[in-house]
Amino acid sequence: MFKFLDDDHDFDTKISIDGETYLVPSSITVAAAALLVGVKSIRETPTTGAKRMPLCMMGVCYECLMKIDGVGNQRSCQTLVRKGMVVQRQIGATELEEAYYET
Amino acid sequence: MQYDVIVIGGGLVGTSTAYGLAKQGQKVLVLDGEDLSLRASKANFGLIWVQGKGWDSAPYAQWCQSATNLWPEFNDELKATQIEINYERRGGFHFCINEQEWQQRESMMSDLSHNTEGMFDYEMLNHNQLKKMIPEISKSVIGASFSLQDGHVDPLALLQALYKAMHNLGVTYMGDCLAETITPHQGEYVVQGSKGKFTAGKVVLCAGLANSQLSKQLGMSVPILAERGQVLITERLTPFLKWPTLNVRQTAQGTVQIGDSHEDVGSNDETTPEVLKEIAQRAVLMFPLLSSVRLQRAWGGIRILTPDGNPIYQQSVSNPGVFAVTCHSGVTLAAAHAGPLCDWILGNSYLPVIEHFSVERFDV
Repeated sequence: MFKFLDDDHDFDTKISIDGETYLVPSSITVAAAALLVGVKSIRETPTTGAKRMPLCMMGVCYECLMKIDGVGNQRSCQTLVRKGMVVQRQIGATELEEAYYET
Repeated sequence: MQYDVIVIGGGLVGTSTAYGLAKQGQKVLVLDGEDLSLRASKANFGLIWVQGKGWDSAPYAQWCQSATNLWPEFNDELKATQIEINYERRGGFHFCINEQEWQQRESMMSDLSHNTEGMFDYEMLNHNQLKKMIPEISKSVIGASFSLQDGHVDPLALLQALYKAMHNLGVTYMGDCLAETITPHQGEYVVQGSKGKFTAGKVVLCAGLANSQLSKQLGMSVPILAERGQVLITERLTPFLKWPTLNVRQTAQGTVQIGDSHEDVGSNDETTPEVLKEIAQRAVLMFPLLSSVRLQRAWGGIRILTPDGNPIYQQSVSNPGVFAVTCHSGVTLAAAHAGPLCDWILGNSYLPVIEHFSVERFDV
């Protein structure tokens, strides 16, 4: 659905999104990569479980939250892809760090 | 168009009062300020809170008791709007981090119980008792006061529900209409607003900080103090905190609100790094798990206070039919404003406790 306006891009950065491996240009954000490779929904909301996609692409709306390299609730539109990055869909709210539960 | 009552101010106090008046068959007009007017109704913690309120004032303690007891019924009425306000009343905590705080809190709670003739229901919990209820609490919290009577609500949804509820009862709402002057005219009052002139037999001032200036026009002296509180909002988190506390509250949507600062800076509602740092540190001290959490927003809001913290309900002596309604706790008291307060405004039989909140108490 989405394509670049020009052909001047090297698809040289390997990332994984929801378990699938993709080669994408190094200059784009995670949200752009998700759109580019055709991810159908990048998260499910904590309140109703509705499926969502990136919206504003400029860091304001918080619709594009994803789990990036193990850290949840990251704005994927504000994060550039990096080689070896592991991206997962954000399902519901972020889990709390169990390490912080004192016994 | 002729109105019975003009309510000036479309925040929680104004809308709950307008709703209550309309329920009693009044034809009501609400004149509201602008989007950027200072609005405590859009910058608050959403607590329906009795613990602490009125520990030094029996009337206030009793008034808060009536309000929280009316809340379940009020919540049921608002369900007709189909707006989910997430009303919950399963208790609330106030944490103490040292022995001195604990002692002070215990004595305050005991005074409050005394002031309500034992109606106020509370427990002082030590750390171990607290930890059983909230495993996430840190060792730094040595204990807490807990009252089953406390609760919380989504304050923005409440405001929205009140708009809809009063609309459903035929209340006319006019936004962007700052009230400028109020003048008596042939037994009625003419309110000149930025959008026009309106007439009614009664006028109720629910304009927050602006009540001071508006009431002066009618010969009333309503002392009001502004106090800033700053709040941090976290990302949405898996539910971990079932109960609201005075400075940390997890909303039904998962975000955590962190407060609460008390600053005397006039009507400046900005945020400052120093204060945000302080409130974040206190929250992390209580809930270490919050240290790894991302913050999404921060805002400042202006509390509307009176010199003794109690509400002011005053009918003008020189201009009967004009009422000033000023309070800090628009959420807690919403159910009382929609009920008993309207009885007083309309001259029906009313709860005598209301008379304690006249401005005369400041003239000693």
